[in-house]
This record gives sequence, structure tokens and C-alpha cells, in this order.
Amino acid sequence: MKKIYLYSRYERFWHWLQMVFIFILIVTGLEVNGLYSLLGFKRAVTIHTFTGLAWLVSFFFFVFWVLTTGEWRQYVPTSKKMLQVIRFYSFGIFKGEAHPVPKRKDAKHNPLQRLSYLILAAAMLPVQMLTGFLYWRYNVWNAWKLDFLDLETVAGIHIALTFAIVCFVIIHMYMTSTGHTLTAHVKAMVTGWEDVEDDQEVFDWEKQ
Amino acid sequence: MMKEFFMQSFVLKKHVAKTCCLMALIMGCFLPPVHGEDGMKPVDKGGFAAMRSQQIKINHSRYEILKQDFTSGDEVTKACLSCHTTADEDFRKTIHWTWLTPGPDAETPMGKAGYSINNFCISTNNMNDKSCSACHAGWNGKEGEINCLVCHGQKEFNMTEAFDDLNYFKAESDDESRDMAQEIQGNIKKTVEDIGIPQRKNCGSCHFYGGGGNGVKHGDLDNSLATPSKDLDVHMAGDGGNFTCTRCHTTRMHEVAGRTYTSPASTTRKSLIDDDLMPKITCESCHSSSPHKILAKMNDHTDKVACQTCHIPAFAREKPTKVWWDWSKAGELKDGKKVKTEDYMTIKGEMRWETNVKPEYDWYNGALRTLTLKDTIDPSGIVQVSKPVGDSHDPHSRIFPFKVFRGKQPYDPKSNRFLAPLLSGNQGYWETLDWESALTLGMKDMNLPFSGTWDFVETTSVFPITHMVAPAANALSCKECHSPMGRLAGIGGVYIPGSSDNAWISRIGVFLAMCALLGSLGHGVLRFLVRKGKGI
Repeated sequence: MKKIYLYSRYERFWHWLQMVFIFILIVTGLEVNGLYSLLGFKRAVTIHTFTGLAWLVSFFFFVFWVLTTGEWRQYVPTSKKMLQVIRFYSFGIFKGEAHPVPKRKDAKHNPLQRLSYLILAAAMLPVQMLTGFLYWRYNVWNAWKLDFLDLETVAGIHIALTFAIVCFVIIHMYMTSTGHTLTAHVKAMVTGWEDVEDDQEVFDWEKQ
Repeated sequence: MMKEFFMQSFVLKKHVAKTCCLMALIMGCFLPPVHGEDGMKPVDKGGFAAMRSQQIKINHSRYEILKQDFTSGDEVTKACLSCHTTADEDFRKTIHWTWLTPGPDAETPMGKAGYSINNFCISTNNMNDKSCSACHAGWNGKEGEINCLVCHGQKEFNMTEAFDDLNYFKAESDDESRDMAQEIQGNIKKTVEDIGIPQRKNCGSCHFYGGGGNGVKHGDLDNSLATPSKDLDVHMAGDGGNFTCTRCHTTRMHEVAGRTYTSPASTTRKSLIDDDLMPKITCESCHSSSPHKILAKMNDHTDKVACQTCHIPAFAREKPTKVWWDWSKAGELKDGKKVKTEDYMTIKGEMRWETNVKPEYDWYNGALRTLTLKDTIDPSGIVQVSKPVGDSHDPHSRIFPFKVFRGKQPYDPKSNRFLAPLLSGNQGYWETLDWESALTLGMKDMNLPFSGTWDFVETTSVFPITHMVAPAANALSCKECHSPMGRLAGIGGVYIPGSSDNAWISRIGVFLAMCALLGSLGHGVLRFLVRKGKGI
């Protein structure tokens, strides 16, 4: 085992900030949607609105980071080794096989992660923010010439995506336990240093 | 020289004015903000009457013409008109006098004196049902002069009765009668001299008692509003805004704003900042269409939800209002005598009363659609004698609270039209308890046919709830509507977060989330079992 520096400071900060935002938004959002009573409707709406706006603003920094650092390349989907990865999580993992696509500095994500993170970061989250923003500015649709929109539809998309994100979060949280120890991946996202197998080719600048 | 002097004084005045403005501005900075909770606009605590008395003060007791010995109401009015020369011309054009408003065609005027009906006393039978005229603002129905005192008299005193008594005692010759006559004359004089703008009790003398008793008809108007507590009406309460009715029901040439009938009380939703000469009849007039704090979500509701919907959580909050009136049960005697209890009256039928009633809600653009005696009805179901006009697509419509009044009333099964019985007077139903003659006479007064057979049909009518505005703290909480079985369940045409709208998406979503959770757990458990003993 050796350690490589995989996640930069901003990247880790963004990950955990977004986690907090998404957690608050899910808890308050589901309450607004009538699933339970926790904070009270009015407070839930207020917290949801301001958290959503904060997320929206900070998301632009993430977009800037992803574009200017070239990290966007980490999200380009590939079918290479996709089947092997699916096979690994379906069977190999139970037999103690090695991961077919080990983490590397220039390839943080396996093909399955690339695809799911791309769908999440490039489609689901932006659409969620857009529908959320429109939902919030419902009263100026007319002034913005958006009166062709229908609140029930916009809200419907927002709610459907919420549950999609909830599903992602559940699976994502479970997947963090699939490293060489149960908490290895979580630690990596906290410290930035990921353990990789010794036989991996690692450049000098990656080493601890 | 003179010109120079004027110029100087003009410049001086300008200078003084500038200084005053500046001082006011500086002072203003140190004054506490006038806006209260939730951006509510300030209200002047002295009340409208106090404000008006500062603007103009007339002591009517100093007018010689009011010091005469009046013997009839008409004489009093003539004295009023000797100064207020066009008051009667103006007043006779208003619905307070005509009780008429244009109907579907020229032959079918609507209104109490027209062909409109309700499910209380049903109709005035072309003003022939005299008990109805008790609330007409004349001395004797539409005959003779208008009655200025009913609205402008500041003393509570029954003038009609007083004149009857006066003329009776005057005709007698004994000393006691003469004394009585003198005393009554004195009271009449005191009443005539005490004149002002209408107070809550003036308007209330009719509007609190509509339908034949206190609180019967409207639900949001009863004599608890004469001196209301702040909890009952935040605007009208003495320790609140101390508003008189005319504070909102602004009046122009005796035309009082706020009539809700075939057309809305106000078609614009302007605030006084947009137009300070318009009637102040809507909430928006003073509160604007974004009355809450900046960015408060409540401001985003005003395009669909009327202020009244949240700010009047219940009506008839202190005194009961009638909610059910079944005419078909009328006529039963007990031991040969007429019964008169809260729940049953021989002359009127079965009643039900409720206090602190939750309104029912509907889309409403301010107009009501009321049936007339000429309309054909479908008696197989419940007939809506009046219903709100409006729908969710109409930009002028809002979700509005209503009192829905239910009951049973007579109709003609041959023609499927409503019937209007004559109720008061010697030949009226209240005296004879004979439906056939009451209906025959009533329909004859309306010049409408009656087949001779009658039956009773269940009906509903609606009354917009707009008075009894509660303090902000008592307004509805979000949950009242934003919950699966909230107050607006089934209203349609609007998406209400947290209600049962879009519930199917949530059901699928919860199912998928459970799948993800169980799948992950299953995967984890399998990993644990298979690799047990092999390390992790």
C-alpha cells in the first residue's frame, strides 16, 4: 500500500460543502413536499430557499474550477472496462478480487463513476437547481416571458430529481465502504490521500 | 414697492419651506420606524372619524332649521336638504335606495327589489313584503323622503316609533300626554342635532342584522363589530385601527364602495400609491400587493390567494351565524301555538347556528352569480342560488373564503322555478301559515305565474368573508393549506406544495429510495458473509 494525493483542497471542500447543502435541501425539501413534519413548513421553506440559493452560487465556482483545472476530463464517459467494473461490483467484490480500474491521479473515477458523476453534475444537479430557482421565482414568470411553464410540471421534475438524488446518495454512501477498509474512501475525501496497491505505477510527484 | 415686497415674502417662504423640509428629514432619521411587524402599514390610532373632525367641524345643533318641532321624518329630511341640496338626488341613484342593479335583461332587474332571490327570506316581493323594508333607507319604503338619520344620526333612537308616539300623544288632550309629547319632541330634537359621518353602529343597524336577526346572514358581520376586540377585527377595534366602515367603504356622492353583487366591488388592484382618489375598498389599497417583508414567501401568494383567505381564519368568531334554514319544516304548532326557539320557528322552519366557522374556499373575481325567480332550476340536486364567479385562469380571480349558507326553500315543480312567498302583513305566511295563499300572493306581486303546486328543494348561497380580519399572529399557518388534507384540498387550478398534488411522484420516489437502501444493505451483508474470516 502507498498513498497518493488524489483530491485537492478545493475539491474536498466542495465535496463536503455540497454534501451539507444537499443534506439540508433533501431534509427541508421533503418536508415542504409533505412527507413529514420536522422543522415546520414555514421554516423548512425559508431554509430550503436560502440553502438552494447558496448552493446555486457556489456551484458556479465548481463549474469554474472544473473548467479551468481541466478536471472536466475526469468526467468524460468511457465504455472501456465498463463491463469489468459492473462484473466486479456484482461478483468479484465478494471473492476478494482486485478492482479492475484502480484509482490514479489522472483517472480518479472508474467508468461507472465517470458516467454517474457526469449525469449527476452535468444534468441532474443543474436541472435541479434550475427547476428549484424557477419554482422560487414563480411569480415573475410572466415578466420573464416564461408563462408557458407550468408550476405543477416544474415542481414535479424537482421532486422526481430529489428522489433520484436521494437514491444516488444512498448508493454513493454505501460505495464508500468498498475500499480496502470500510472507511478508506471517506478518509481519502477528508485528507486528500488515497491508498493504492503497491504494484500501481505511481509518479514521483504523487508520492507522499 | 409692493411687487418687491411680495417677491421678498415669496423668497422668504421658499426659504422657510426648505428649512422645514430639511428639519423634518433630520427629525425623521431619529424617529423610530413606523412600519410594524411584517411590513404592515401604520394605522392612525385616532380613527377616521377623529381625522375627519380635525378637517372639518360642523355643530349641527347651531342650525336654526334643526330647532323646529318636527312631526314626521320627511320634515327632518327636508330640513337636511335645505343645506345638503343634492344629497337626495345622489342618494336615490344608489343601490342603498333602489335595491336594484341591472340584470340579465331590461325586464329582469336584479337586487332585493328586483328578481333576485336568496335562501333566507327569499324575496321582497317587489317591495311588498313590508318587513323587508325595515332596512330600506327611507322613512316609508321608497315613498316619500330619504332617511338621512339612519346613516348619519349619531344617537341610537327609533325615529319612526318616536313620530308615531308623538302624533298619538299630540292628539290626546290630557296633561300627561302633553308632557309625553314634549319629552319625545325633545328626544327627536337631540337626535336631529347630533349628526356625523356614519359610525359602525349606523351601518350595522342594517348590515349586522341582514336575514332577520343578528349575524344571521353574512357570518362576518354582526353586532360584535360595533365595538370589536382587536382579536375579532384588527382594523375596527378601538385599540387597533378604530376604523369605521367608511374608512374602507369610501363614498363618493353617497355611492358607497364595496358592493359585491353582479359585478366586483373593485376591478383594479391598485394601491393608494398608484391612485389616491380611487375607493379604498381592497386590502391592496393600503397594503399593496406585496404586504409582507421583502423576500417573504407570503408575498408570492397574492397572485392566487386573497388576503382574506389567510387573515380571516374563521368567521362568526364571537357570535353565532345561521348556517341552515329549512322552510319545508315551517308551520308546525305546539299546543296550537307558534313556536319560537333558536332551532325552530313555526313561521320560518328549522334553523342551525354555528360559531367560529371555518370558511369554504373558491375561486372568485369579486362577482356573484345569483339566480332570479325567472331562472329554471334542476331540483334533482342541490341548487346554487348564488355562487362565486371566477376561475384559476382568470388573472382577476383569487382563492377567497366564503360562508356557504344551506337550506330548503319552495319551488314550483311544474315550471321548475323558485317561488317567492309573501311573508309579512296580515295575509303573509307568518300570519296565515298557509303556503298556497302566501305563494300565490307573493308571485302575484312579482307578476309571475304560479301553478298552484309547490315543493321544497335544497339550496346553497355564498357570502364572501372579508370582515373580522384577525391580527397577523392569528393568521393561518402554512400547514393549514400546505398539507395533504388542507383547507384548499380539491380547489383545483393551483399547485400547492405539501398538499396531495404530485403525490404519485413521491410514492414512486420513496419506493425507489427504499430499493436503493435495501439493495445496498443486501450487497453489504452479502459481502460480509462471503468474506467472513478472510479479513475485509
